[in-house]
Amino acid sequence: MNLLLLSWNYIKSKPLNTLLNVLLMSLGIAIIIVLLLFSTQLDNKLSQNQRGIDLVVGAKGSPLQLILANVFHIDFPTGNVKLDEAKRLTRNRLIKTAIPLALGDNYRGYRIVGTNHDYFNLYNGEMEEGELWRYNLETIIGSKVAESLDLKIGDTFFGAHGISVEGMDHEEATYEVVGIMKQMNNVLDNLILTNIESVWMAHEHEEEHEEGEHAEEKQLGSAYETGLPDGDEDDEITSMLIQYRSPLGAVQMPRIVNSSTNMQAASPAFETARLFSLLGIGVNMIRSFAYIIIIVSGLSIFISLYNALKDRKYDLAIMRSLGASRGKLFVHVIFEGVIITVIGGLIGLVLGHGLMEVLASYYEKSEEVGITGYIFVNQEVWILLISVGVGVLASILPAFNAYRTDISGVLAQQ
Amino acid sequence: MIRIENLDFGYSDQKILNIPELEVGESQHLMILGKSGSGKTTLLHIIGGLLNPRSGKVVFGDLDLYGLNANKLDRFRGQNIGLIFQKSHLISALTVEGNLSLTQYLSGIPKDRARIKEVLSDLGLAEKLNSKVRRLSQGEQQRVTIARALLNRPKVILADEPTASLDDDNASKVIKLLKNQANKYNATLVIATHDQRVKDEFDVQLDLNQL
Repeated sequence: MNLLLLSWNYIKSKPLNTLLNVLLMSLGIAIIIVLLLFSTQLDNKLSQNQRGIDLVVGAKGSPLQLILANVFHIDFPTGNVKLDEAKRLTRNRLIKTAIPLALGDNYRGYRIVGTNHDYFNLYNGEMEEGELWRYNLETIIGSKVAESLDLKIGDTFFGAHGISVEGMDHEEATYEVVGIMKQMNNVLDNLILTNIESVWMAHEHEEEHEEGEHAEEKQLGSAYETGLPDGDEDDEITSMLIQYRSPLGAVQMPRIVNSSTNMQAASPAFETARLFSLLGIGVNMIRSFAYIIIIVSGLSIFISLYNALKDRKYDLAIMRSLGASRGKLFVHVIFEGVIITVIGGLIGLVLGHGLMEVLASYYEKSEEVGITGYIFVNQEVWILLISVGVGVLASILPAFNAYRTDISGVLAQQ
Repeated sequence: MIRIENLDFGYSDQKILNIPELEVGESQHLMILGKSGSGKTTLLHIIGGLLNPRSGKVVFGDLDLYGLNANKLDRFRGQNIGLIFQKSHLISALTVEGNLSLTQYLSGIPKDRARIKEVLSDLGLAEKLNSKVRRLSQGEQQRVTIARALLNRPKVILADEPTASLDDDNASKVIKLLKNQANKYNATLVIATHDQRVKDEFDVQLDLNQL
């Protein structure tokens, strides 16, 4: 027998009360865990995907939409910009690199991105098999694309117009898979990469059907490694991902783009911070709710301990008469509160991870973003400390009463 | 064994009793007689180290009980004084064994399961080892409290009205049991009672009504 076991026996002797308190505690903790896992992972994924991109330049519209479409590939593009205008901008000395993107097509829901090898390197891409594309209409595909569509090297497919599944097929331009990327846990996993000209070709076919000059033989991309492709004055791209040469860029570049060109510039860091501050209102409300539940659970533990100790004053006096010091009784009661909240906290931890996983598998998008319940964050240690803290707080007053037990007075009242 | 020197006690300001001197020798037994409200329980608690007297000394052998600091007094009480109350007051969240092993733990004596079994079989409770306290009859519960009081082989056994709620038969059984056990452990037995049935059993008597 020891104090922990003694407290545990008292807890066991009131199963319903204990169940209620543990349930409340675990519910509060579970909600906090879900929020913690969600926001931590989202934050990680977003910063992973925007790393190395200082500015996105594209068609005018919502800056947030520009970022969501071109960096995270989860929204529709704002439109296109003229290739010539984009090229003029890249000559600015503040720009170190500019990676062009041409969006607008998909294959069964996976976006076809016309770009160059710089884009692949920006995310430290690695090949699982095959090699990088060079010729027009050659593609490399992300690991999730390969897995879910069961595509292999040498397979061919038609792109569809639009970026959602329902688009019309461009049956004339046949893409070929020449490489499959390793799983990178970033946007690359869900993308199909090719030359910008490939995307143009898929579209030109509709308009210049009769020309027939794009014959059987393959054409090498004009800028498959780096830079912007050759093209005539009608050609367009969707956006450019820009890296500054110096911090001065951050000051001047957005203003130059927004005032002197027909394009708009948006900073991924700024826009995601804005997004988070919008999301934050909701997250904060849910979090406050969770803390209220935890406070209620602490209160409920306090009330049950307080009431129980009224019935147990004889037990406490007897324990004192058997040789227990005041301190031991104090610790005994504190243990009782802490055991309940720690059990509640641990159950909440498991529940939170389970709930996150269930939610993640329920919403398709979360898989794309890469959110899962099977991950541990450092802050979870704090959650356990909170549990212990709530236990101590809830039991400190009852424990103090136990500490002050008047042995003789209680025992004389028989 | 127990010496009381010039003890003033009382539970209200109007009624303060004084015992100038009283000595109970080793393996002698003392009966404190008195009507209810006469201060028996208070005196017993003072002797048991549960309540500070207004003034005076309680001495065990050479040891002045109230000269000890609080924690030492708690420990001394746990290891040397066995207390039996009118009601059984067992810890109902625990089994019979749990109650006894808690007693060993709280008094700071190493866990000794053999001793628990020994003392239970002495009192005819051997097969109740794992019973929940609530399942026991009144008589069994009282015997468990006696077992608890005897567990640490105390030098002094204090019993407060142990026979008050018992019929004649059981009252004399309990008194015999207490005296036998006290003799077995060479312990001093102090009983506080208003029960006239048991008064012939004791050599030293203190009648609080006459103070």
